[in-house]
Amino acid sequence: MGQIMETLTQKPPAVRNRKGWSLQKGETLSGLLFVSPMLIGVTILVLIPIIATLVLGFADWNFVQGFDGIRWVGLQNFSNLLQDDMFIRSVRNNFIFLLTVPVYLLVSMVLAILIDRYVYMKGYFKIAYFVPYVSMTVAVAIVWQVLFQPSYGPINEMLKAIGIADPPKWIADPHFALISIMMISVWISIGFNMIIYIAGLQSIPKDLYEAAEIDGANAWTKFRRITFPLLSPTTFFLLVTGIIATFKVFDVIAVLTQGGPIGSTTMMVWYLYDTAFVNLKVGYASAIAVVLFLFVMLITFGQWLAEKKWVNY
Amino acid sequence: MEKRPGVDGLKIIVTVVMFAGSVLFLLPFVWMLVTSFKVESEVFAYPIQWLPKEWNAVENYKAVWFGDYPFTLYYWNSIKVAVITTAASCLISAMAAYGFSKIKFRASNFLFMIVLVTYMIPGQAILIPQFIIYRNIGLFDSHLGLVLLGTFSVLGTFMLRQFFMGLHQEFIESAKIDGAGHPRIFWSIALPLVKPAVATYAILRFIWTWNDYQNPLIFIRSDKLLTLPIAIQKFTSMSGEFYSLIMAAAVSAILPLIIIFILGQKNVIEGIALGGVKG
Repeated sequence: MGQIMETLTQKPPAVRNRKGWSLQKGETLSGLLFVSPMLIGVTILVLIPIIATLVLGFADWNFVQGFDGIRWVGLQNFSNLLQDDMFIRSVRNNFIFLLTVPVYLLVSMVLAILIDRYVYMKGYFKIAYFVPYVSMTVAVAIVWQVLFQPSYGPINEMLKAIGIADPPKWIADPHFALISIMMISVWISIGFNMIIYIAGLQSIPKDLYEAAEIDGANAWTKFRRITFPLLSPTTFFLLVTGIIATFKVFDVIAVLTQGGPIGSTTMMVWYLYDTAFVNLKVGYASAIAVVLFLFVMLITFGQWLAEKKWVNY
Repeated sequence: MEKRPGVDGLKIIVTVVMFAGSVLFLLPFVWMLVTSFKVESEVFAYPIQWLPKEWNAVENYKAVWFGDYPFTLYYWNSIKVAVITTAASCLISAMAAYGFSKIKFRASNFLFMIVLVTYMIPGQAILIPQFIIYRNIGLFDSHLGLVLLGTFSVLGTFMLRQFFMGLHQEFIESAKIDGAGHPRIFWSIALPLVKPAVATYAILRFIWTWNDYQNPLIFIRSDKLLTLPIAIQKFTSMSGEFYSLIMAAAVSAILPLIIIFILGQKNVIEGIALGGVKG
């Protein structure tokens, strides 16, 4: 009796196991089928290329030579980079460009708070400040090119009209070109950051403000003690993505200045493009790409560390 | 919910100030639009004429669209590339997202990690090998090549995966008991349930592809295959001083985006907020 009971109770699990096993096999197969297009695409278009970039950084090669023309030169590309004035200038400009991030974060945060709490027609404001972000950068850059035109462009006409006799030549002036591009970049970035700040604001519990009001807190105290600290994860996220985005700036420079005048607006990605696709120095450009990759990795890693340490969700 | 019903004085003042700010913020667009309606001689007249004295809109747009420059061809190329890229990217991202969230299989987490890691790689760091690969497998200078570059989106996979994870597993299980396989469950149950998320991603992908300057710059060589961003840049250098025409071309290129954005703004803004805050 006991034996029968035992077999009876034992058998079903065994069957279920075997069936479960074949089921699992089927699941694995369909799982792989569903993700394989993505995996294949990412492997061919991202994974293999990043490995190739790391390898090509150690080569001296030109597109037109064919694969036989590759010469391995060890670390020479990297040591050349350290002595390359244009490269150093690009890196320096990249770092100057970082200043745009706190500027547009501040503006976006203020706009987000105002739009979230203190205005009518919220929908209109969200769209209005977001329009530059969705617009085609090339078209927008061309508009700015005309607006910034030194001798008869609208901006300088206006400046002359309010009594500035000798307004800057903006993108045509080596001293003002980078800052002009930075201004355009701030203008474009505000919308995106503002939208994310508004989302962050909406996740702050309303009763915190009500409690603060009962305690007699004024608007500034509420901002300093509630809004700002509770927005810090959002700020942190936007800071990191913003910093990474500055390393990718390309369109505006390609359209407006091509790195000029006299190298004043060259940035790493522009220099990479120019070296690889204009001067065809593939190995050297790959070394620049490796440096770019390392910078972005470093920031990502730093973010990961900082997040573990400071940010509590 | 409003504590003080009726009109709030402070709120009105802030609204007015913010409205003035937004007009200033959008002034470059206003200038672009107005200039595209003007005759060339009026473009740089000072003080700036915010309403053209002499309307030349029809002539300007006609000159851009039906002039010597094959603007309609480039417009068509842009539509083609953006629509196909969007459709392909939505399908492949949704499939991967479903696979990574609703099918339990070995190596799933590991493979997803690989996909996620590639997201951290800046696109420009891999341009050169991509170029070499494209030259060697015949994708260089083709629309198919451009489409493929925009198709495999980690962001799309990640975004849609979040939504698929929000679906109850019971939907899937009960469909399985009824004998449906994963392709059927994906297509007729899961995908319709996350339609809003797919729409959001589709709008974003369309905007990004439409605006993409860098990929066509590097991967397209033939004039007849150009998409709008480069076509507009070329048009600008060819038209020289004809700013009214350049602005008409710019307006034509931006307009579809603004329309799509205003129609789908709820989707776009929510998608960006979600992808941003949670991504």
